[in-house]
Amino acid sequence: MGRLRQKHSDIIDGVLARYPEKKSAILALMHLAQEEYGYMNQEAMQDVADILGVDSTHVLSLAGFYSLYYEQPVGKYVLEICTDLACALRGADEFAETACRKLGIEMDGTTEDGLFTVKGVMCLAACDRAPMLQCNLKYVEDLDEAKFDALIERLRQEAASGEEEPSVVHRILAYAKD
Amino acid sequence: MAHILLRHREIDELHKLDVYTDHGGYEGLKICLQNHTPEAVIELVKTANIRGRGGAGFPAGIKWSFIPKDAEQTYVVINADESETGTFKDRELLEGNPHQVIEGALIAAYAVRAQLIYCYFRGEFMDSAYNFEQALKDAYANNLVGENILGSDFTCHFYSSYGAGAYICGEETALLASLAGDIGQPWSKPPFPAQAGLYGKPTVVNNVETLANVPPVIVNGAEWYLEIGTGDSPGPKIVCLSGHVKRPGNYEVPMGITYRELIFGEEYGGGILGDKGFKALLPSGGSGPVVTENALDAPLTFDGLKPFDSLMGSASCIVMDEDTDMVWATLKMIKFFEHESCGKCTPCREGTFWLERVLEDVYRGRGTQKDIALLENVAKNMQGRCLCALGEFATSPILSTLIHFLDEYKAKVTVAPSTNGADGSTRQREAAPVA
Repeated sequence: MGRLRQKHSDIIDGVLARYPEKKSAILALMHLAQEEYGYMNQEAMQDVADILGVDSTHVLSLAGFYSLYYEQPVGKYVLEICTDLACALRGADEFAETACRKLGIEMDGTTEDGLFTVKGVMCLAACDRAPMLQCNLKYVEDLDEAKFDALIERLRQEAASGEEEPSVVHRILAYAKD
Repeated sequence: MAHILLRHREIDELHKLDVYTDHGGYEGLKICLQNHTPEAVIELVKTANIRGRGGAGFPAGIKWSFIPKDAEQTYVVINADESETGTFKDRELLEGNPHQVIEGALIAAYAVRAQLIYCYFRGEFMDSAYNFEQALKDAYANNLVGENILGSDFTCHFYSSYGAGAYICGEETALLASLAGDIGQPWSKPPFPAQAGLYGKPTVVNNVETLANVPPVIVNGAEWYLEIGTGDSPGPKIVCLSGHVKRPGNYEVPMGITYRELIFGEEYGGGILGDKGFKALLPSGGSGPVVTENALDAPLTFDGLKPFDSLMGSASCIVMDEDTDMVWATLKMIKFFEHESCGKCTPCREGTFWLERVLEDVYRGRGTQKDIALLENVAKNMQGRCLCALGEFATSPILSTLIHFLDEYKAKVTVAPSTNGADGSTRQREAAPVA
């Protein structure tokens, strides 16, 4: 039995129970697997494939198709900054540049301490609150430099303390347990 | 006008079941179960002419009527894959007024005799879906969802499902493929979802906002609904206003107000940021042709922008001021479509790829006069040849800005013949990678 199954049996059973056909659970299980392994590595894909009884190449093809799955290692916190048109009209490109400069990385890069990855992404449905980003899928909106600094500081402290809030993925998929 | 959809703006904590029921919630469902046959519900929704709010404007009642009455298994799927550039209305509804969406979906399910409903959220909405998940849990606990709903013989289960980042999954067949656990690519219609949708069974796919329109129509009647808006575009519409306006945000309006009112009216956009001049409007996110000043007095209705060769679509209005570089703005949109093209059909996959490359060259000052003609040529050759609407949408920012802002393109290119890459263009040196 894979690590994913061992650690999250209740969530997995709940997700599977939502569908008449098992394969429908694949995207949710891939979200869980990515959280467990940090990105969609071989083990993550194999765990998902084993639970569903599908070929691991199918998991691989989905990992390549959907942009929320990472095929390479990423930082502990992935900052996805919307740089699409509506946000860019309100300074999102400049904001993204500033964010990268402050962290000392290029777009799509990861800080040396492994804490932060910055990505530029398409519309996140928060155009009236630009510039904005999602940090590990959590919305952070109406940003400016000071707010960005505060966010980074808070995340550094959280990482140092080892005390973390439950992730967005776990919180939302936990509803499948009921 | 009091809100019909964004009611949470007036009613605190409307996402909670007791608050929603205290304000008339689930009355529509009760009326259907007690007084109406499924056929009568479809007739009522047809009469009210609730048109799809996802962009296409197809009448919901007619869509429902396509589901075969004798089908053993049918599904209702809520399209909560809101990903169009500049669109953020469904997110607000799902967060603020989830029960109205749930109730609308249950009424749809009753009308088409579905036993199972899915709400397909884009993966990035996992942080927006807590209220919806809790609302669904509370609805189950109160027999509003599940076995023998409210003591009737109507049984219907209801679950959320999450995508993982793919604009194309807003296209209904791509959404259904994704929900079945496959790559989210559209299929060639027919079969239409009403014939063979999720797991090959008849399926209704409706937008979040469309379904939120249903309960008030059941309670107040078709006549009431037809009084709001215009003849061919009845009812309220949530407009997503973004870009260079003073007050960006969602505004629920009766259809028929003008774009000028929307952008400049004090209760809406409040005018252009920094009191600059207006330049252009994208009335339907990245997917509809751009319009200019002369279109602003057109009514916000499904066909109001037809004389200006554009459309309301999902009413995602991105406003641009006089200083906006329109070639830059078009490049942003093309980058979006190039990134989001699913790769299944050649005209879209290759077309968006080359549009982006050529346009990038033009924008960077590496293009020639011939490239402007090439952009037009590629876009026109994509039209009518793509598997789904995405490829079609991708051509509209290019073709419409070439009409309205040709001077801006011309100012960026040289008349000299192409230097075949010596100027930094990578176009003629690399083969196109497979998307």
